[in-house]
Amino acid sequence: MENKKIKVPEPIVNIIDLALYYGKMKALKGINLDVSRKKITSFIGPSGCGKSTLIRCLNRLNDLIESVTIEGSIRIDGKDIYDPAIDVTELRRRVGMVFQKPNPFPKTIYENVIYGPRIVGIGKKGVLDEICEKALKKAALWEEVKDRLHTNALDLSGGQQQRICIARAIAMEPEIILLDEPCSALDPIATAKIEDMLVELKRDYTVIIVTHNMQQAARISDFTGFFMLGELVEFNVTTEIFTNPREKQTEDYITGRFG
Amino acid sequence: MKKLFRTGNPYIWLTAGTLTVCLLMICGLIVLIMVNGFGIFWPRTIVQFTLRDGEVVMGEVAKKESIPHQKDASRTKLKVGNRDVYGMDFRWIDDADVVSRDYPPHALAFERREWGNMYGFLHGLRQDDGVKPLRFNGLAPLLKESRALYKKIRYVEKKEIGDINYRMEKSRLELKRLACLQPTEKIQKKVAAVTAGMERLETIYRERENTLAGLYAKAREKEVVVLLADGREKILPVFQIIRVSAPNEMGVFAKMGFYSAKFWEFIWGEPREANTEGGVFPAIFGTVMMVLIMSIAVVPLGVLTAVYLKEYASDNFIARLVRISVSNLAGVPSIVFGVFGLGFFIYFIGGGIDKLFFPESLPTPTYGTGGILWASLTLALLTVPVVVVATEEGLSAVPMSLREGSYALGATKIETLLKVVIPQATPGILTGTILAMARAAGEVAPLMITGVVKLAPSLPIDGHFPYIHLERKFMHLGFHIYDVGFQSPNVEAAIPMVYTTTLVLLFTVLVLNLTAIVARNKLKKWYSTGSM
Repeated sequence: MENKKIKVPEPIVNIIDLALYYGKMKALKGINLDVSRKKITSFIGPSGCGKSTLIRCLNRLNDLIESVTIEGSIRIDGKDIYDPAIDVTELRRRVGMVFQKPNPFPKTIYENVIYGPRIVGIGKKGVLDEICEKALKKAALWEEVKDRLHTNALDLSGGQQQRICIARAIAMEPEIILLDEPCSALDPIATAKIEDMLVELKRDYTVIIVTHNMQQAARISDFTGFFMLGELVEFNVTTEIFTNPREKQTEDYITGRFG
Repeated sequence: MKKLFRTGNPYIWLTAGTLTVCLLMICGLIVLIMVNGFGIFWPRTIVQFTLRDGEVVMGEVAKKESIPHQKDASRTKLKVGNRDVYGMDFRWIDDADVVSRDYPPHALAFERREWGNMYGFLHGLRQDDGVKPLRFNGLAPLLKESRALYKKIRYVEKKEIGDINYRMEKSRLELKRLACLQPTEKIQKKVAAVTAGMERLETIYRERENTLAGLYAKAREKEVVVLLADGREKILPVFQIIRVSAPNEMGVFAKMGFYSAKFWEFIWGEPREANTEGGVFPAIFGTVMMVLIMSIAVVPLGVLTAVYLKEYASDNFIARLVRISVSNLAGVPSIVFGVFGLGFFIYFIGGGIDKLFFPESLPTPTYGTGGILWASLTLALLTVPVVVVATEEGLSAVPMSLREGSYALGATKIETLLKVVIPQATPGILTGTILAMARAAGEVAPLMITGVVKLAPSLPIDGHFPYIHLERKFMHLGFHIYDVGFQSPNVEAAIPMVYTTTLVLLFTVLVLNLTAIVARNKLKKWYSTGSM
């Protein structure tokens, strides 16, 4: 396994020998991986290979599932996030997440974006307004919704809803943003918009994205990991993976000869 | 044939047909209630029958039917009124005995404060030396006068004397309380002060009684003489008359005016004559207030239970057992809840409150007897399963993705619950509340042993501190229907009231539910957009 681990510049996340069980079923089998700061890292692989499970470990969202047990460790900025002393809510504020299906709260656009800051205890309207505007601008949505901030977020289109969810995550000023197949429910135009935005986001945030769309991974990411059956088959700079894969399985998958 | 069944069309017809039957039955019921309920205030013509033996009877036709086992024979049920003269309100007349029937234009229907209606002709105003002739329109100023007098008497009786009685009772209890304490000098001074206050009240009371006696004497002064159909003369004090009408001379508009006046009285008036006449306002008030108190009690109880069951309790044997038990609770006969309410709320809690806070009035119970609070709490217990089940369903309907979205932003479980899950489940919770309200408004059996009475002397809300008297007994539309329809001394005269009261009950439930539904929709909108 160790040979698959490559050196990345400025690692922010270190995943060390991570194994995860759903009950008795082993879903992740000893993952070793480093994620580089302020880069886009994408995880690809066939359905059920464990890539979503892996990113849900990074903000401990798997804690919500009772049967899950975890071995190994994940370090963010050198701190083990599975340390009992870690405050999970604090961790989740630092590691934002966007889900496969847009899931804005059934509230106004404004209320959606400032949901997180409100929870942290920011109550001043001026500050919240500023946060809202900044986050929506970063999510490339401000121009589209600035006149209707106080209408229901569910009235927006799917792509806009997904960008609301991204803005909602950005509003917390996280260090890392996890995206779990954010474009799988969207049409190509909405997808393109989100991709452009992600490239922009790279300047401020570390982005980890799970995707089924290999072109997407190739287009936007700096590093790519290929997973199969709970194992990290290959992890490398994206151009290397797509032009010169080391493993046969990777090559079969990206050329479409597999699955 | 097999093909026909495979298309599914026969099943569609079967289901649609069943639905139609159900709808027709419900509509039929409502139409029956509406027709009978709305019809009773419409003034009916007064008919005068001359019978074969020379007897003359007059009244309103209540019913016509053929006589069983006789061919071509029919009979008429006539509301002859004048219960004080004839001893009964209704009389069956064999149509074969009727020689002539006419509709005398001057026939009057007198609605009286006691003894029901009187039908007859106005003869004149009684004076010391005989009868002074009086026309029908001459009666109006007299009636106006007597109405003003009635108002005054009611005011003195209810407000002034009521107030004095209330304060006397307070002082009496205060004295009793002081008597239980150590007789120090301070206490003795207090006792003296209270006693002096009571004496003052006593004086005022006697004054008021004198005023009242004077008013009553004045009320008896004017009397009219009414000529009954059979030629008898009957003296009727003007004060006894509520309203007079000459239905045979009324046009449609006059009848409509009469109708609305009666209807107004029915909704806003107090019952008279053992509930068979007058209005049902105290019962409407009691029903609405009880349902509201019940909702205030049941919503927190049901919602908190459901939130724990759904969100916190692990899905083990005990949780499942609790869930099944809660559902089964909905099937327990309501009278069982009534008995439980009587034992637990009234005797145990109410009795305890009395011992702790109102020892001076014992053995007369304050909270240790049926009252609107205990009735409401009993009904809250009865309807809690509805709210629990509806809330649980509402909570289940909130998608996991929304919760995850909230957790991923660093919200804790309780923050997620309060800010995302429960607002999202609110329509479900309110649906449960609406169902609970509908159930509670129609429930009578448990109320009968937890605080409903046939006639409550005062409403649970009035001008005496602390304004809301939750320990008071109250009237309820459902019980009113039972009481008027089946427990009344004059059932026949009361039957129309049963329909109208039923109508009012249906309408009240409808209004309560509509209010809740509107509130639900507003809330839904408010949660989603932040503005109403």
